[in-house]
Amino acid sequence: MLHAADTQSPLLSMEAVDKWYGAFHALKNINLTVRKGEKIVLCGPSGSGKSTLIRCINALEKIEKGTIMVEGTKLDDSGKSIDAVRREVGMVFQSFNLFPHMTILENCTLAPMRVRGTGKAEAEKIARKYLERVRILDQADKFPAQLSGGQQQRVAIARALCMEPKAMLFDEPTSALDPEMVKEVLDTMIGLARDGMTMICVTHEMGFARQVADRVIFMASGEIIEEAPPETFFRNPSHPRTQAFLGEILAHH
Amino acid sequence: MGAIGQNEILFLAQGLKWTLLLSIIGFVGGGVFGLGIALARTSERSALRKTAAGYISVFQGTPLLMQLFVVYYGIALLGVSIEAWMAVAIAFTLHASAFLGEIWRGGIQAIPKGQTEAANALGLHYLSRMKDVVLPQAFKVSLPATIGFLVQLIKGTSLAAIVGFIELARAGQIVSNQTYRPLLIFGIVGAIYFTICWPLSLYGARLENRMAKAAR
Ligand SMILES: Nc1ncnc2c1ncn2[C@@H]1O[C@H](COP(=O)(O)OP(=O)(O)OP(=O)(O)O)[C@@H](O)[C@H]1O
Ligand SMILES: [Mg+2]
Repeated sequence: MLHAADTQSPLLSMEAVDKWYGAFHALKNINLTVRKGEKIVLCGPSGSGKSTLIRCINALEKIEKGTIMVEGTKLDDSGKSIDAVRREVGMVFQSFNLFPHMTILENCTLAPMRVRGTGKAEAEKIARKYLERVRILDQADKFPAQLSGGQQQRVAIARALCMEPKAMLFDEPTSALDPEMVKEVLDTMIGLARDGMTMICVTHEMGFARQVADRVIFMASGEIIEEAPPETFFRNPSHPRTQAFLGEILAHH
Repeated sequence: MGAIGQNEILFLAQGLKWTLLLSIIGFVGGGVFGLGIALARTSERSALRKTAAGYISVFQGTPLLMQLFVVYYGIALLGVSIEAWMAVAIAFTLHASAFLGEIWRGGIQAIPKGQTEAANALGLHYLSRMKDVVLPQAFKVSLPATIGFLVQLIKGTSLAAIVGFIELARAGQIVSNQTYRPLLIFGIVGAIYFTICWPLSLYGARLENRMAKAAR
């Protein structure tokens, strides 16, 4: 078990956050605090607002009410606060979203060069370091389409790491993968967790949750229904909706 | 019937030069402004989007011939005297920018939203997001349509004759009137247009085929 979270002030917090898509109330009074080094797994039925929640954290979606703080920066509409937050938070998507017209190496050097102003040689050094870490350095000169899904997702993780973020958001990183490739990506994420990265992962990989999570959060209809350490969450879920959800998930796995 | 000598050939070559120059000016000028139109058309600001949409519909909804007249006589009315070829170049630039802007707008919007989101999540700003991520992909998908428009533009330069500009088609007409050999002259003129346009069309079609296959 990895419960390495230390007890300092939170790295990230959401306070009374509400979000609407038009008339649809997508997030309802979300309160969430994540300390440095903590690993959170977010689960819940389709449409429950998991993606919306983590996308609000790096301002890919705008919130209507409440406060989001990341490393002391309060997220508002200003480009400055958005920039500050995005510099600290990396994100990995279900569909990889690698840039198809760039090589793997270029995918990884673009943001450090453009956002941080890092020189090309230095950016490549950083990129090689993280590509090595996700064990894909030998593919550095290929294009994304030449890689398998699992390899592409590992590149996407490396690309985010190249910005040296303090926290990483994962939105169902293994859902688009063939079953035989799920493990290589999960192993990469477990390695990242071991090294102390703060992580919020939307995933239905319950084995991963058991092994890595400090807390599992269950969402339904835009609300956080239940929040507990994995042992409690899986053995003793208190809410009937959580029980029903877990029953379904575990029946499928 | 008059003979076709060196003079006639030179005259046609002169016309060809203007046709090519006009096409290049229209394409380059239209490309630069068209990029602006495409970016405005896909902007987050609705005022920019609407202005660009209006501009595009005006130029797509009126004949090129009319656009030539309006620019040519419009500039004269403003009391500015410019040479015919300048007026024509301006008209072609405006015309091409509307069409290329619309073609590239389509290309930009064809790029999956995930690309912009990934760029955003990495902290890239608008300029880099467009220059490094979106536009290279958008130009690639738009290339067949862009080439198709270039072919239209090259043929469209013949309309410049209407304001007294002597490009290839007009040069052919003049030579034909002098030599009384319209069939031969227009045969030559047609062959020249064909030699320029057909390879471009072919290249565009090839690209389109290749992309369709890659997409499958
Ligand atoms: N851009 C949008 N416009 C309108 N409604 C949206 C938008 N994005 C999401 N929604 C709605 O908000 C709700 C929550 O969506 P979200 O994607 O956060 O769910 P999720 O928990 O991630 O689901 P899944 O497991 O299917 O990914 C859904 O009902 C969805 O239809
Ligand atoms: Mg989702």
